[in-house]
Amino acid sequence: MRAAPLPSARLHDPALLRRGSMLLAAAVLLWPLLVWTEFNPATLFDARSLRATWRFVSDFVPPKHDAAFLAELARETWRTVAIATAGLTLAWLIAVPLALVATARLSVSALAGHIGVLPFVLRQGVRWVLIVLRSIPELVWALVFVRVVGLGPTAGVLAIAIAYGGMLGKVYAEILESSDPAPTQALLRNGSGRLQALLFGALPACSSELVSYTVYRWECAIRSSVVLGFVGAGGLGQQLDSATKMFAGAEVGAILLVFIALVALSDRVSAALRKVTA
Amino acid sequence: MSAPGRPKGEYRSAQHEGTPVTGQPVDAARRHGLWILAAVLVLVVASFATLDLRWADFLSPSELAKIGAFAASFFPPETSPAFLRKTLNAAAETMAMSLLGTLLAGVAGLALALPASARGGPAARAMHAASRLLLNALRSIPELVWASLLLIAAGLGPFPGTLALALHTTGVLGRLFAESIENAAPEPALALRVRGIGRVRVFLWATLPQVLPQLLSYSLYRWENNIRAAAVLGVVGAGGLGQMLYYHLGLFQMHETCTVLLAMVLLVAMVDGLSFGVRKQLTR
Repeated sequence: MRAAPLPSARLHDPALLRRGSMLLAAAVLLWPLLVWTEFNPATLFDARSLRATWRFVSDFVPPKHDAAFLAELARETWRTVAIATAGLTLAWLIAVPLALVATARLSVSALAGHIGVLPFVLRQGVRWVLIVLRSIPELVWALVFVRVVGLGPTAGVLAIAIAYGGMLGKVYAEILESSDPAPTQALLRNGSGRLQALLFGALPACSSELVSYTVYRWECAIRSSVVLGFVGAGGLGQQLDSATKMFAGAEVGAILLVFIALVALSDRVSAALRKVTA
Repeated sequence: MSAPGRPKGEYRSAQHEGTPVTGQPVDAARRHGLWILAAVLVLVVASFATLDLRWADFLSPSELAKIGAFAASFFPPETSPAFLRKTLNAAAETMAMSLLGTLLAGVAGLALALPASARGGPAARAMHAASRLLLNALRSIPELVWASLLLIAAGLGPFPGTLALALHTTGVLGRLFAESIENAAPEPALALRVRGIGRVRVFLWATLPQVLPQLLSYSLYRWENNIRAAAVLGVVGAGGLGQMLYYHLGLFQMHETCTVLLAMVLLVAMVDGLSFGVRKQLTR
């Protein structure tokens, strides 16, 4: 069932000029990038680094699996999950009040047309706090907190709490503002308090989106809790860091496997939870 | 949480007009929700209980005063021209790492997305499964972990950092690309295929034009993520602003640390703004 082939002589690519010039521009831009990043794949393939890599990677199989190591691995895995969960709980406690202050949806003065000066300044102030909290990566927060509270899970929990508090607060405020304003305004106009307007006007419409975003962030927090271990905040990351530094390939293999399984599991749990709440 | 005296049943029946109000599924869903809530609470309590969090050390007045002094020691930021130039160089390095990493990931992600979006016979299915598995493995290992593993093969510096960004981002972008290729309208491709045109050309002229704006938009979104990641990769020795931060914070040179932090925040804000603008142009 083939249609007649097209006469190929008269055909040309109508987008040829645009595609060609885009590729050329990309190549010109690429050159300084390659220089700046010291991009040199040859270093991967010189004999010494190949030998070191091969020795390291060939140790991955079989992964280390004696009972003592596995018990330690299980303990560190739980610690990773616990740091993420505790951090996210504190982040939630930071985010909820800030989001409620930041969202214009609950503004009483906005009902009269435009927001009053003082409430506007307060809202913008809280927004800036949220932006600052989340624009510093959690790893940097962890580095700073390790200096303050010492090595251990406290630094990790605090770092996740602050960075994720900013993220959650900003997104919560945005979700509340993207909902239909009519129910909340109707309640506020008729003299209900802000809390009631929130509970019965805004929340019913946005609760599933709010829960879904929170669960998604929990999943992200587990991933970043592993990363935080690299600066001494405990958990799987710390073990992975020390195992890599000691070239203990078998341990690294086992930890990576556990880590991939943990991420896949939290992915599943999070997807299932979001489906239930949707 | 229900207000007393509120006619619940009436509200529900008014919402689902025509469906019989049995109350059964709603109650089941509510029970389900309560179980989940209980499980979440148990998880939270267990987390706090098992971690040896030293709040007492941290929240006592003397400690809080120490933290205040620590925070104050960051200011003012170091502003000597020589140091600013060094910071600018590191920022450029971070920027280049994030751009090149995203670019490499875009190319590799597209290459892996093609088999991952393949449909058809057993060969295509096997390819589909294999490429999905590879993408998931790449994606589930964070950039920082890739970087610390790559240090063994590629030594210190921005090069392993770029590769680490590229590897993780390949996993993320490959999955997103595969999804948008799968969701592209099949008719244009079919129209070319029945005329006997080869697979490569069908992809280039029927599928790619449809999905290109979305692919670019995903790549830009990942670039925003990668500038954040690139800024901290240096902590494990992979170059850029992160390496400077780690070095100066390690030596307790707080003013220098403050400058680097400010540069980080500015760089991230700049990339966010740029990417936002470009994406707005793309989706217009």
